[in-house]
Formats: sequence, C-alpha cells, structure tokens
Amino acid sequence: MAEFNQQSDPDKRPLTAKVQPDGRPLSLKDCEKAGGYRAVRAMLGGMSPGDVTQRVKDSGLRGRGGAGFPTGSKWSFVPMGDNAPRPKYLVVNADEMEPGTFKDRLLLESDPHQLVEGVIIAAYAIQADIAYIFLRGEYVLAEERLKTALAELRAAGLVGKNILGSGCSLEVHLHTSAGRYICGEETALINALEGRRANPRSKPPFPQVCGLRGKPTIVNNVETLCNLPHILNNGADWFKGLSLTPNGGTKIYGASGKVRRPGLWELPMGTPAREILEEYAGGMRDGMKLRAIIPGGASTDFLLESQLDVPMDFDTVAQAGSRMGTGTMIVLDDQTCPVGMVHNLMRFFAHESCGWCTPCREGLPWVEKILAAMERGEGQPGDLEQLARHVTALGMGLTYCALAPGAMEPLGSGLKLFRDDFERHIRDKRCPWS
Amino acid sequence: MPTLYIDDKPHTVGDGLNLLEACLSLGFNVPYFCWHPALGSVGACRQCAVKSFQNEQDKRGRIVMACMTAASEGTRISLDDPEVKSFRAGVIEWLMTSHPHDCPVCDEGGECHLQDMTVMCGHNYRDYRFPKRTHRNQNLGPFINHEMNRCIQCYRCVRYYRDYAGGRDFDAQGSNSRVYFGRHQDGALESEFSGNLVEVCPTGVFTDKTQKSHYTRRWDLQTAPSICVHCGAGCNITPGERYGTLRRIRNRYNGEVNGYFLCDRGRYGYEFVNGGHRARVAMRRAEPGSLVPTAKPLALPRIGSLLAGGARCIGIGSPRASLESNYALRKLVGAENFFAGVTAAHQSLTELTVHLLERGPAQTPSMREMAQADAVLVLGEDLTNTAPRIALALRQSVLNAPMKAAASMGIPDWNDGALRVVLQDQKGPFFIAAPDATRLDDIATETFRAAPDDIARLGFSVAHLLDPKAPEVPGLDENTRQLADRIAKTLAAAERPLVVSGPSLGSASVLSAAAAVANALSTETRRAGLSLTAPECNTLGAGLLGGGTLEEAERALSEGGAELVIILENDLYRRADHVFVDKLLGAAKQVILIDHTLNRTASHADYFLPAATFAEGDGTLVNSEGRGQRCIQVFMPTGDVQESWRWLRDLGAAAGKWPQTEWENIDVIVADIAAAFPMLKGVRDAAPLASFRIAGFKIPRQSHRYSGRTAMRAKMDVSEPGIPTDPDSPLTFSMEGFAGPAPASLASFFWAPGWNSVQSINKFQEEIGGALMGGDPGVRLIAPELEPGRAEYPGAIPEAFAPRPGKWMVVPMYHIHGSDEMSMLSAAVAERAPAPHIALSPEDAQLLGLGEGEMAELNIDGEILVLQVAVHAALPKGVAGLPAGLPGMEPVEIPAWGAVARRVGS
Ligand SMILES: Cc1cc2nc3c(=O)[nH]c(=O)nc-3n(C[C@H](O)[C@H](O)[C@H](O)COP(=O)(O)O)c2cc1C
Ligand code: SF4
Ligand code: SF4
Ligand code: SF4
Ligand code: FES
Repeated sequence: MAEFNQQSDPDKRPLTAKVQPDGRPLSLKDCEKAGGYRAVRAMLGGMSPGDVTQRVKDSGLRGRGGAGFPTGSKWSFVPMGDNAPRPKYLVVNADEMEPGTFKDRLLLESDPHQLVEGVIIAAYAIQADIAYIFLRGEYVLAEERLKTALAELRAAGLVGKNILGSGCSLEVHLHTSAGRYICGEETALINALEGRRANPRSKPPFPQVCGLRGKPTIVNNVETLCNLPHILNNGADWFKGLSLTPNGGTKIYGASGKVRRPGLWELPMGTPAREILEEYAGGMRDGMKLRAIIPGGASTDFLLESQLDVPMDFDTVAQAGSRMGTGTMIVLDDQTCPVGMVHNLMRFFAHESCGWCTPCREGLPWVEKILAAMERGEGQPGDLEQLARHVTALGMGLTYCALAPGAMEPLGSGLKLFRDDFERHIRDKRCPWS
Repeated sequence: MPTLYIDDKPHTVGDGLNLLEACLSLGFNVPYFCWHPALGSVGACRQCAVKSFQNEQDKRGRIVMACMTAASEGTRISLDDPEVKSFRAGVIEWLMTSHPHDCPVCDEGGECHLQDMTVMCGHNYRDYRFPKRTHRNQNLGPFINHEMNRCIQCYRCVRYYRDYAGGRDFDAQGSNSRVYFGRHQDGALESEFSGNLVEVCPTGVFTDKTQKSHYTRRWDLQTAPSICVHCGAGCNITPGERYGTLRRIRNRYNGEVNGYFLCDRGRYGYEFVNGGHRARVAMRRAEPGSLVPTAKPLALPRIGSLLAGGARCIGIGSPRASLESNYALRKLVGAENFFAGVTAAHQSLTELTVHLLERGPAQTPSMREMAQADAVLVLGEDLTNTAPRIALALRQSVLNAPMKAAASMGIPDWNDGALRVVLQDQKGPFFIAAPDATRLDDIATETFRAAPDDIARLGFSVAHLLDPKAPEVPGLDENTRQLADRIAKTLAAAERPLVVSGPSLGSASVLSAAAAVANALSTETRRAGLSLTAPECNTLGAGLLGGGTLEEAERALSEGGAELVIILENDLYRRADHVFVDKLLGAAKQVILIDHTLNRTASHADYFLPAATFAEGDGTLVNSEGRGQRCIQVFMPTGDVQESWRWLRDLGAAAGKWPQTEWENIDVIVADIAAAFPMLKGVRDAAPLASFRIAGFKIPRQSHRYSGRTAMRAKMDVSEPGIPTDPDSPLTFSMEGFAGPAPASLASFFWAPGWNSVQSINKFQEEIGGALMGGDPGVRLIAPELEPGRAEYPGAIPEAFAPRPGKWMVVPMYHIHGSDEMSMLSAAVAERAPAPHIALSPEDAQLLGLGEGEMAELNIDGEILVLQVAVHAALPKGVAGLPAGLPGMEPVEIPAWGAVARRVGS
C-alpha cells in the first residue's frame, strides 16, 4: 500500500491525529486518553439531535463519498419525532471500490474508533436505532480492527442498549460486502444489505425517507463520518477555518501513478493539486513527465498539467471542468499510453456494471472492446465517433444511476485532451507505447 | 384529466398515468421493453425515452424515460425530437450487440416485440464488430423452451415470475452484460403460471415448447376468439390452427377476466384436440367393446328410428359441454328425461352455488374485481389447483392495502420499482382456511388447517360476528373463535372485502358458510364479493339449466322403463365408481355417446357420434362468475365432426321430432334457450349475430400474411377449395374480409401495423390495461336478488370434526396438472402430474407406521385403493387427502370416512 505521510501539525489534521507510525489503531482506552469519544460524551450530556444537525450544517461539511452533498441538509430530510417510522438506520459506506481511491482504508485500519464515534454522533442526530458498516470485502484488516473496536465498545457500553446510561441505544453491525463496485452506490448498497440484487433503486423515494427495509436511512461515507467528532469538539467555525476555501475542513488527498511517493495526506481543503503532487507526492519519478491527472477516483474528468494549480475542493475543481470526487488523484505520465489507461478504466467499469440498464450494460463493454481493439492495433475509422456517441448517450439521466456517467468522464475528457493519441492508434494500427 | 402537449399538440389523457401509458393510450408509437401494463415501470431498458420541456420557451429540453414520468397537467414532450430518436435507436443498437439475429429459426419470429421495436426505431445497420456474449440454455421442463442468447435483459421475466406470480425457482443471476435469467439448475419451472413467460418475454428466450413439435409461424395460424375449457374460470384464449391441428393456445386479453395471463393447464392442455384419443367419424358397436366406423347417413336414421320407436329415452348432459349442447339434449329427450351428468352430491353443490349467487346480496366479482379486493377470506379451496387464474388474481390483491400508504408518499401505482421499495414485504389481509397447505399460503396473513366441517364452522362464526342475525356456532373452541374474531374485524374494516370458496371439498356447509360471511358483510354502502369456483368450464351453465342426477338416471334406466340413453360429452367413469356406471350402462338397451374423445364410456357405447372440441365448433360457456362467453370455431374439422348440438339436432330430425331445418345456426338455438330460460337471455349478447358484417365484410380468421393458401392442399388436389361456410359467426375461414378492428368478441387476432407481437393489444384497449374497445366480451348472467341488509343465512352448521379411531376423513385434493380430464391428454401436462397417492399427516403416517412412498390400502365403503403414501406436513390429524380426477384412480365419492392400513405384504 502507498504510505501515509504525516507532514503537518497534528492540530491541523484532526482526521489522522491519532494515526500511529506503525498504522496500528489505539485501544479504546488509549483512544479515549487521546480525546476519543469526548464528543459523544459531551453530546449525550447536553445536545439535542437538532443541535447536532445544526452544528454539522453550520460547519459546511460536505459528503466525502464523491458527490459532496452537504451532510447536515441530507440528515434534515429524515423524519423526526415520535411519529417517525422505526427503526431508522445509519449506514456507513465503506465500500471504497473506486479505482485509485484508498483513503477510507487508511481511516478504517488506523483509527476505527474515530469512525464509530462519528457513527454514534450521526445516528444520534437522526435518532437511528441501528447502524451498519458496509465494508468492502477485501478490506480484511479493516474488518478485523473494526471487530475489535466494536467488541471493546460493547464491553464499555458505548454501543448497544442505553449508551453510557443516556437512554439512547444503537446497535452497530459490521457487514462485509460480497464485492461489487456498484454496492458503493447508496441504494444498491441498501439492496445488497437487504439480501437483494445490488441494483440501484429508483428515486424517489429517497433513502432518507424510505431506505433500508423501507425505513428512513442515511448513508454516509467513512471520511464524512470521521469528521463529526472533531466538529462537535471544536465547533463549526474551527472546522471552516481548517480549509483554504469555503468548502470547510480538511481532506484526505491521495496520489497514485508514477509519482515518487504515492500516498495519502490530510491537508486543508482546497490545497492545490500541484502542491499535493510536488510537495507531498515528491513529483514524478525520474525521467517521467506528468501529462494529466484524474483528480478524484476513476469517475472524474482528466485535468491537464496546465490546470494543476486548481485548489482541490468541490466547487473549484468543478469550475475547471472536472470533479474533486474522492480527492485521490491518478497521475498519467508521458510514458504511459492514455488510451491504455482509459481502456483499463473502461474494463473495470464494464465489468462492474450492475447489468440493470441498457446503455451501461451494453454500452460499456462495447467501449471497452473498441479501446482494446485500438490497443491491439485493430482500431478502425469511425471508432472515435462511436466512443464519442457513447460519451453522450451514457450521460447523466440517460442511465439508471451515476455509474455509467461517471465512467464517461475520463473517456469523454480523454477523447478531447488526447485526441492525437487516439487517432494515432487507428492511423498507425498499433499502440505507440507498446 | 390532464392535458399534455406532444410535439406541440394538446391531448387529454386519463388521470394517474405515466407518459408511456398516456402516449400508447392516445395511439402513439413509443417503443418500450421493461415496462409491462400489468407489471408497471422500472426504468431499466431506457427504450421509452422522450424529450421533456419545462415550458413553451424551453427549446433544449432533456431526455426522460416516459415510463418513469407522470403524465401531469401541462407536460410538454416531444417524441420526434432528433436527439431522442437517435437515443432510442441507440438503445436498440445496444440490445442488438449480442442478440443472435437468428429470427429465421426463432419461434418468436413474426410476433416478436424486439423485431417490432427495432423496425420502429429505425436501427438497421450493425456497427458492432466484436464477438457476442453467449450463454448456456437450461431445460426448464415440458412447457418452456429456453434460448438465453436472445435475451435483451429487460428483467420482465423475473419481475413477472417472482414479483407477480410468486415463483421462487427462477431469478436473475450474475451481473454486468452476463446477467442470466433462469433457474439455479436445470429442471421444470415450478410455477403454475410459467407459460406466461412466453408472452411476457419480448423476444425469443422463452417460447412454447409444446408448439415446437408442430411449429407454425404466427401469421400462418388460423385463429378465432375462444374460451379455455379446463376449469370454470373461463379465461379467454386464442387457439391457433394449421393443417387441421391445433398448434398452440395464447392468452386473449379480456380486461374483466384473465387480463394478460393464463395458467399452464389452460395454455398447455390443448393437445387432446389433436390426440390419438379422438374419433372423427361416426361409429357403431360391432361386438362388445369394439366400435367400427359407420356412415353418418346410415347411423342417423338408425338412431332416429330407435328414438321414434316409443321407448323411453333419457339424456345425460355434461358440465363440460356447451349451453347449446346441453339444451339441445334436454329438448330432444324432454326436461323430465334430462339428467345433468353428475352424481347427486355434485349436482346439489352446483345447485347450491347457483342459488347462493342468485340470492345475494353479495355479488360475484370478475377476476379484475378480485384483484382489487383489499381483504380476502378463502374458505376451503386450494385455488391454485381448482381455479388457477383466480389464484393469480388474488395474489395481486394483497398489494392493495399497503399501496394506499405508498400513494400517500406520492408513489404512483405504476412505479413498480419504487412501490416494491416502499411496500417491502407488507401484505394486505388474506386468510386461508383449507385442509392442507396451498400455493397461496406465502401471501396469507393467517392460515387455518382443518377438516371441511371445521372450515365451515369457522366461516359461520365469522358470519355471526359480522351479523348477529346469522346463527351462532355452538361449542366453538377458543382458538377458532379468536381467529374468527380477527377475520371478522379485518373484513369489516375493508372497503372491498371478498370471500372465495367453492365446491371442491364436497361440502355444502363450506359453501353456505362462505356465502353467509359475504352476505353478512354486504351493507348499503358496500357489497362484498362472493366468488365460488366451478369445477368445469360450463358447470354453471349446466347448473342453470338444471336436470336430474346420475343416480336418478340410473334408476330411470333400471326401474323407470327407459331403454335408451344419449350421453353428451361425458365419461361417466370419471363421475362415479365403475360398479355403478357398469350398472347404469348395462341397464340401457342402447347407449348413444356424443363426444370428441374415445374414453372408457365409449367402449360401452352402441353408437358414437364424433363431437367438435371447443376449437372445432361454436358454443357458449358460463364461467364461475356467471359470465356467458362464446367460443367461436377456429377451424373446420375433418370427418363427421360437428358440434354436439348439431348432432342432437340431426337426431331429432331423424326421429321426426322437428324438421331438418331446426337450429340452422347458433343464433337460433340461443334464441330458443333465451325463450325457455329467461335468466339465460343475456347469452344472446355474448357475441354479435352470425349475420353481423362490417361494411358488408366478414371477419377473417387468417392474417393478411397467411401463406400457402393455394399450395397447402396441392399434394391432394391442385384446385383451390372453396371457403367452407360458417353459419354460426361473422368470421370466415379465409384471409379475406374486413381488415380493420373487429368487435372484441369477434376479433380473431390482435394486430396493428408495426405491432406484430402480443403487445399489439395496446391498440385495442380503451386505455392501457383497461377494457377492450367497445367493452370486454362476455355477459354477466347473474345479479343478486336480495338487497344488502336483507341477508338470509341458510345451511345447517355442522358438528365439530371429531377424529374417529382407525378412520380418516378422506378429502379430495386437486392438482392443476392431473385433476382435469382433457388437459391430461396433453403429454406436457401429464408429465407434470403427480402419481396416484394418499396424503397423510406426519402424525397419522407415524401412527400407521407408514413412510413417504410406502404402499397403503385405503378402504372407503368397501372400495379398496392401493396407493403410495405422501406425507403432508400441513394436514390435520385424522384427515387424509386423495387426488381428485387423476387418471388411473377409481373415482370415489368423497369426503367420506375411510380406513387406512399398511398394504398387506408390503
Ligand atoms: C457507482 C457508484 C459508486 C460509489 N461508491 C462509493 C463508495 O465506494 N463509497 C462511498 O462513500 N460512496 C460511494 N458512492 C457515492 C454514494 O452513492 C453516496 O453518495 C455516498 O456514500 C454518500 O455519502 P456522503 O454523503 O457522506 O458522501 C458511489 C456512487 C456511485 C454512483
Ligand atoms: S448505470 Fe445502469 S447498469 Fe450501470 S450500474 Fe447504474 S443501473 Fe446498473
Ligand atoms: S429472458 Fe426475456 S423477459 Fe427475461 S430479461 Fe431476457 S428478454 Fe427480458
Ligand atoms: S384458470 Fe382455468 S380457465 Fe383459466 S387458463 Fe387456467 S384452466 Fe383455463
Ligand atoms: S420501458 Fe421505460 S425504461 Fe424500459
């Protein structure tokens, strides 16, 4: 795994403050000594669920699962009060199967208690009775460490019935996924949890109102939830102050590809991509030049070297024509075939299509086969038009969920930015890099 | 009634529709795959895309799925927008990437929705140049052929099979472009409604396996509107014929009756029409047990002179023969000599059924109405096996109560994907009281397993709780009383409560108890439904005509001086034990049998006159709803075959009872029936008169693409034969005639330009999923006499069931594949039938020291049956089950007490 580099002042990197040099999580006791569960105790001691939601709204926290939806607003759709349907559920999206994305893994493996504290806070805010952690199946180390953490918490009365005598109860269950990328899509995730096929659901009804087993459900990303204890402890303004831009907080950024030091860094939200790549990732390996990046996991548009000064946050990257997504960058160097890179991504997406809607199920394999043909030197005139047609026809709203439109982001931008490379494959009847 | 703007023109549509339904109802051609009018929308295929505009100024618009968008007031859409047209063509192109394009060898070809939609969308050039994905096919049993490579992953099959029909042994498997639709392993599909996959699947993945052995393209089939003859539900069917053989049965949409679906017995039971058991020429007895062909002109005068000879002649009618045929027999022999063709026990149940439905105040519902019930009590019927299509209708009813909650969340009833999320496993109230487990138990709120008498007592106690005027049940045990209380409260709270029962347990008490509940529920503001199943296709029609019992017929022959008996479409050996039937037939000097199939009774006949099956003649059947429906002849039979009523007409003429010109066509005999039986006068409206014409034209039975007209018979005769005359209907055995839409009861097929598949029905409905244009065919003959609040409560309350040591209460058990006489002559149906057996509760089996599959001896009144034991976990102690109607099992009059023992020497 790419290493995690602790570079900055611990106060400025609340999410990774408790991460130990060896990556092992603290025991509950040590964790509490280091400030763990302070927020939960304070919350149960005197905050109402509404107070918690308001605090999170004020902090400007936006979902770290990729779409950046404001967390507090999302919670406020959940029916509250005595007449609300029961049980309500909180679901942790720890599926993390987006190519190039491995940030949640760090949080899960090195500080599981931070996540569970966030779970307790979010569950309290929406008055959830049951929480599920939906964990990517391959994350076996995270599974082991979460199990240990949950066992400690049960023993300590921090989860289960009547938490710390507050009268609030929360069952926390760990569910390991059978392994499909689409299980990260929140409604497919809910179907999978119910034991159904992992196809996305139609919306409305939205999960906040009618989710798991037909009951109000909030699905939040791991990193999103990990922010909550710190927001409660330090306040909304402190949280906003961590960021360089109006999108509050810190962000765990990552870089993979032919950089010197691939890894993850917790940095102020809005840190420019160039700074992350040059200062933290150590720039490119010797003899290699950066051509472009995919800023936030595989489902975002390429940004060229010339665009790297963009501050990495939700709003600014969007203005630059891409999305921050998960904030974990994949770097394309000058010695790697862009067509091959896009092909690799399309192979993933075609394989991970859930098979529900036609454009994605049939379109992605076609795209993948065209790109494979081009790589083999069997590209044909018209192939680029066919690819471009797919970029349009798999757009948002035309497919059933966001998987296919996400897949089209690197393809569409790649076709524009690396047009020459695509054309050369067809013209020369071979991959120039092979 | 919202107004929509479609390509800038205003259109008014019905309330509560989605855009796809609205456009189709208006007659527009919008392509679709995953949406199905009975299954709703899920937005999977993306084929129904249209362009939607926010307002008049919005020129860009955005593509939305018509099936997932409400047709609300002021909606502006375009179907013709170039961008959306190209998207729709693209969807077809994607679906075609892996489709094998094997139309010439595909059984769906020529009536394939995928073909139609491909043409509609204008996709005609293949750009995809890569290998196609392929699948392995499964053997799904005798009914359904599986060819997975043709799949376009619309998910209709799995939604139909699991969500709609409740099947569990079929699912979508795998993911991405390799998603697979089938069973976990090869094997016959378990659902009793699996055959509908053939029509639900828009392409050739699931096709009719029985049709394969005598395959004919849809356009080469001769068809006519007809009625299923395999139970009393009266589903509408379209049989298809070529070269004198019936090739298949298809569902025929009737909004009030079967809608879009049939059961497998009805779909696959047709092969008796073609089978080796048929006789197509008149026959007479040469020596005992052997019939030899005789010329019709010889046979008729001989029988005529027998009839004219002055000896008393009796007639034995049949619940599987048409109203016309039963009536003709009754007229020929006289009312006092007419017997209904079933034993006293069965006849009294039919009479009681008719009486209860006629009295009311509860009303007999159509299947559409049954599906709309919001609380249901089933008393004593295993519906999936006694009236299968009704069971499928009732399965839908449990969604109604929870759907009200979904509506309050703003989820429209067509949005199936969202509805299933909201409903989860919630089900509306559904109570089943039956002796054994039934195939509807999975939707039941509560089940009650008991002997028939206890089932009746439960019903009577519910009635008493609902209306104190209904008699109280003495000595009711506490559990039953509490259950009755829960049922009564639930039914009373419902808006559309329904009680379903029937004669299948052989218990008048159960029937009366069911009627008592429904009648007690009927108030000024709410008529409850009472649906009573009918065992055979014309049980109710024959019941309305009346007639004596088989026992009386036997007495008339052995003691009453009758010498001749004319038996109409009836194998008496299925009605009573052979000792009795031997005696009956032995007492007759001459036995004249009119039937289409050589059965055991035929071997005792002195004369056999070959009758038309439903596909070869015209007649009217009355289903359990009391709906009179016309079967119209599909094809000209060979030999002497004609409707039984025509044989009876000929016999009467030969005997000098009436002129040869009597009943020149069906309209005349129907008019006679209407005059003789005022309550049957509605049957005149079951179909237009034979003289009906559209613009002077008859209605063709053959499509305009019917091929080989001049070549089909060329090997026999090169001259083209004339078109046979059809005196009975406005249809013609030809491809020529009126080319436009015919009245629903006469439409020989549904076809519209560009719509060659079953989906063409869209073009013939007033609104999608609603009534056929001009009204759904059939005439309801029974309207309850009593006003609500004036319910009567006849019928004695039986004593509680008390087990007897060493004895078992033997009750009949029904099998969709097995209990019906004619469908068991289809090899495919017979393959799915159980072997003869006796069902015992685990406790009783243990008591008797009998295990599953071991041989037992059942003794009922000295009648001894040797049977394999089947242990049924749900059967109550002291009750045993015997399959009804299974070939190879002697009929015994049950329910009755019997003794069971291990077979000596086994
Ligand atoms: C195809 C697809 C895959 C996704 N995978 C993940 C995932 O692995 N983890 C995640 O947190 N969100 C994933 N999401 C986003 C979730 O649907 C959802 O928006 C998110 O979990 C909400 O959490 P947040 O509001 O805390 O960001 C995925 C979305 C799509 C369309
Ligand atoms: S876009 Fe369609 S096929 Fe692809 S994952 Fe989403 S729902 Fe499934
Ligand atoms: S088998 Fe037929 S009904 Fe099922 S998904 Fe495939 S095309 Fe649709
Ligand atoms: S339910 Fe009865 S009438 Fe309907 S198809 Fe089945 S057997 Fe025929
Ligand atoms: S019919 Fe509308 S998406 Fe399939």
